[in-house]
Amino acid sequence: MKLLVPVKRVLDYNVKPRVKPDGTGVDLANVKMSMNPFDEIAIEEAVRLKEKGVATEVVVVTIGVAKAETDVLLTARAMGADRAILIQTDDEVEPLGVAKLLAKVAEEEQPGLIILGKQAIDDDSNQTGQMLAALLGWAQGTFASKVELAGERVKVTREVDGGLETVDLKLPAIVTTDLRLNEPRYATLPNIMKAKTKPVAKKTVADYGVDVSPRLKMLKVVEPGKRQAGIKVGSVDELVEKLKALGVAK
Amino acid sequence: MKTLVWVEHDNQSLKDATLAAVTAAAKLGEVHLLVAGKGVDGVAAEAAKIEGVGKVHVADDAAYEHALAENVAPLIVALMDSHDAVLFPATTTGKNIAPRVAAGLDVMQISDILSVEGPDTFTRPIYAGNAIATVQTSDKKLVITVRGTAFAKAATSGGSGTVEAVSAAGDKGLSTFAGAEIAESTRPELTSAKVIVSGGRALQNSENFHTIIEPLADKLGAAVGASRAAVDAGYVPNDYQVGQTGKIVAPEVYIAVGISGAIQHLAGMKDSKTIIAINKDEDAPIFQVADIGLVGDLFKIVPELTGKL
Ligand SMILES: Cc1cc2nc3c(=O)[nH]c(=O)nc-3n(C[C@H](O)[C@H](O)[C@H](O)COP(=O)(O)OP(=O)(O)OC[C@H]3O[C@@H](n4cnc5c(N)ncnc54)[C@H](O)[C@@H]3O)c2cc1C
Repeated sequence: MKLLVPVKRVLDYNVKPRVKPDGTGVDLANVKMSMNPFDEIAIEEAVRLKEKGVATEVVVVTIGVAKAETDVLLTARAMGADRAILIQTDDEVEPLGVAKLLAKVAEEEQPGLIILGKQAIDDDSNQTGQMLAALLGWAQGTFASKVELAGERVKVTREVDGGLETVDLKLPAIVTTDLRLNEPRYATLPNIMKAKTKPVAKKTVADYGVDVSPRLKMLKVVEPGKRQAGIKVGSVDELVEKLKALGVAK
Repeated sequence: MKTLVWVEHDNQSLKDATLAAVTAAAKLGEVHLLVAGKGVDGVAAEAAKIEGVGKVHVADDAAYEHALAENVAPLIVALMDSHDAVLFPATTTGKNIAPRVAAGLDVMQISDILSVEGPDTFTRPIYAGNAIATVQTSDKKLVITVRGTAFAKAATSGGSGTVEAVSAAGDKGLSTFAGAEIAESTRPELTSAKVIVSGGRALQNSENFHTIIEPLADKLGAAVGASRAAVDAGYVPNDYQVGQTGKIVAPEVYIAVGISGAIQHLAGMKDSKTIIAINKDEDAPIFQVADIGLVGDLFKIVPELTGKL
C-alpha cells in the first residue's frame, strides 16, 4: 500500500510570532521556518507503517514556496519518505484550495491511506484533512492517537473532548494526527545527506487545473489584548487571602 | 439570514457548548437548530426551549448516533439548500464535521470565530492566539466553528421552537463506531468550570496529581486541567489538556501549578479572568501573564494551601 503525507512549511513552533506593525499579517521575514509539528507526526506514522512492512512507499507532498524543498521536503525524506512532490506557489493557498490540489494528487498516486497533521500551527484552521476526505468521498479518522491497519480497513483511536473514541474505517481513508500518536524521530545529518538523492517532482498549481483562488480576505491582523504581569505574594497565607477576596474560597 | 446550529449532545442531553454557537448565530439572523442522533426526542425538547430558537430540525436515525462525519455531513449539506449559514461549536465533534460540510458546499470554512463583525466578516485567532485576524468571506454560504469562551451562553429557557423531523440521508457505509473510553468525573467540566487547577510536568507522576492537584481542586470545586507535557507523560488522560491544540478555557480563576507557560499552553487559558501561578522558577514565563504569583516548591505550597482553605 502506498501512503501519501501532505506537509506544510510554517513558522517554527519555538519562534514567538510577531504581528507586523502595518496590520497585514505576521512577520515571516528572516525567521526560522520548519515543518508543521503535526506533519512530522504524520511522516513518522507513515514511515513506521513502511518499516513494519504494511506499506510499500511513502510519498510526501507540499504546496508552497520554493524554499519548502529545503525547509520541509528534505527533512521529510531524511525521516524516511521515499519521494516528494513540490507544488510550487508564492500565493497563500487556503485549506479548501489545498484539499482540491491534494485530491488531484491522490487521483494520480492512488494511496491507500493519506495521513495529515490535524492542524497547522500558523492558521490553526484544522480543516484540510476533513475537506480532502469529503472531496474524495473517503472515510476520515481525525485527531488520531492510534492507527491500526487490518486488511481492507483501518481502526483509528481519536482524541475527543470526553476522552477517546475508536472508529473503524473503510480504505482508502484519511487520518489526521494528534500529538500522542507517536514521537517523531530526528532527521540525522547522515540521513539528510542521503535524502538529497531521493527524487522531488516539481509542479505548479496550474498543472492540476483546479481553481484555488482565495475565498477569504484578510482585512487586518492585530495583536491580542496583552495581559499585564500582576503581583507576587510572599506566602501561602497571602494567597489564601487573595483566593478569599476572589470569592473562590471561604 | 437563516442560520443552522449543530446541537452538541450525547443522545441524552444537550451540551453547553451549543449555547455559545446559538449566541453567535443570533448575531447573523434567524436561528434554526439541527439535532442529529438516535432516540433524541429529549434533546430536541431541550433544544426547542433555548431562547430565540425558531425551528428545531430533528434527524433521528441509527446512522447519526455517534455523529460520524461521513453520515452527518451529507445531511447538513442537504439542509443548506434552505439555510445561509451553519455554525458548529468548536468542539472535537464540530471540528470533525464542519470542514466536511464546507468542502461539500465548496466554501471556505471560518474556524474558531471570536466575534461577528458583520454578515460576512469575523475575527479569529491565528498563531496560537498570538494574532487576531479579521476575515471577510466571499462565499455565498457560511460554514463556521465558534469558540465557546468568546460568546455568552444563550439562555436554556424561554424559547418556543417548533420541532420538525427531517428525513435521514442514511448510512454511507464508510465508517463505523467501534467504542469509546469516556472518563466519568464528578468534577465540573473543564470548558465550563468557574475554577480550574492545572498541573504540569513538575508533578512527576499521576500519583502526585491525585494527592496534590486533586485535593486542591476539590476544595475549590474546581475542574482539573494539565499541560501537554503532563498528558504526554501519562500523568492524566488526553482530555485534560489545555492549550492551542487542547481545550480552550476561560474560567474565573485558573491556577497553574508547575507549568512553565509555553505559548501553546497560554493559547488555551490566557483569557481566564484571574490567573494564579505557582512555580519554583521566578523567571518562568507563566508569571508574565499571572495576576498572582507564588514562587516556591509546589510539593510544599499546594498541600499547605489545601490545608488552609
Ligand atoms: C504542535 C505543538 C502543540 C502543543 N500544544 C500544547 C497544548 O495544547 N497545551 C500545552 O500545554 N502544551 C502544548 N505544547 C507543548 C508546549 O510547547 C510545552 O512543551 C508544554 O506546555 C510544557 O509543559 P509544562 O509547562 O508542564 O512543562 P515544562 O515546560 O517542563 O515546565 C515545568 C515547570 O514546572 C516548574 N517546576 C518544576 N518543579 C517544580 C516544583 N517542585 N515546584 C514548582 N514548580 C516546579 C519549572 O520551573 C517549570 O516552569 C505544544 C507543543 C507543540 C510543538
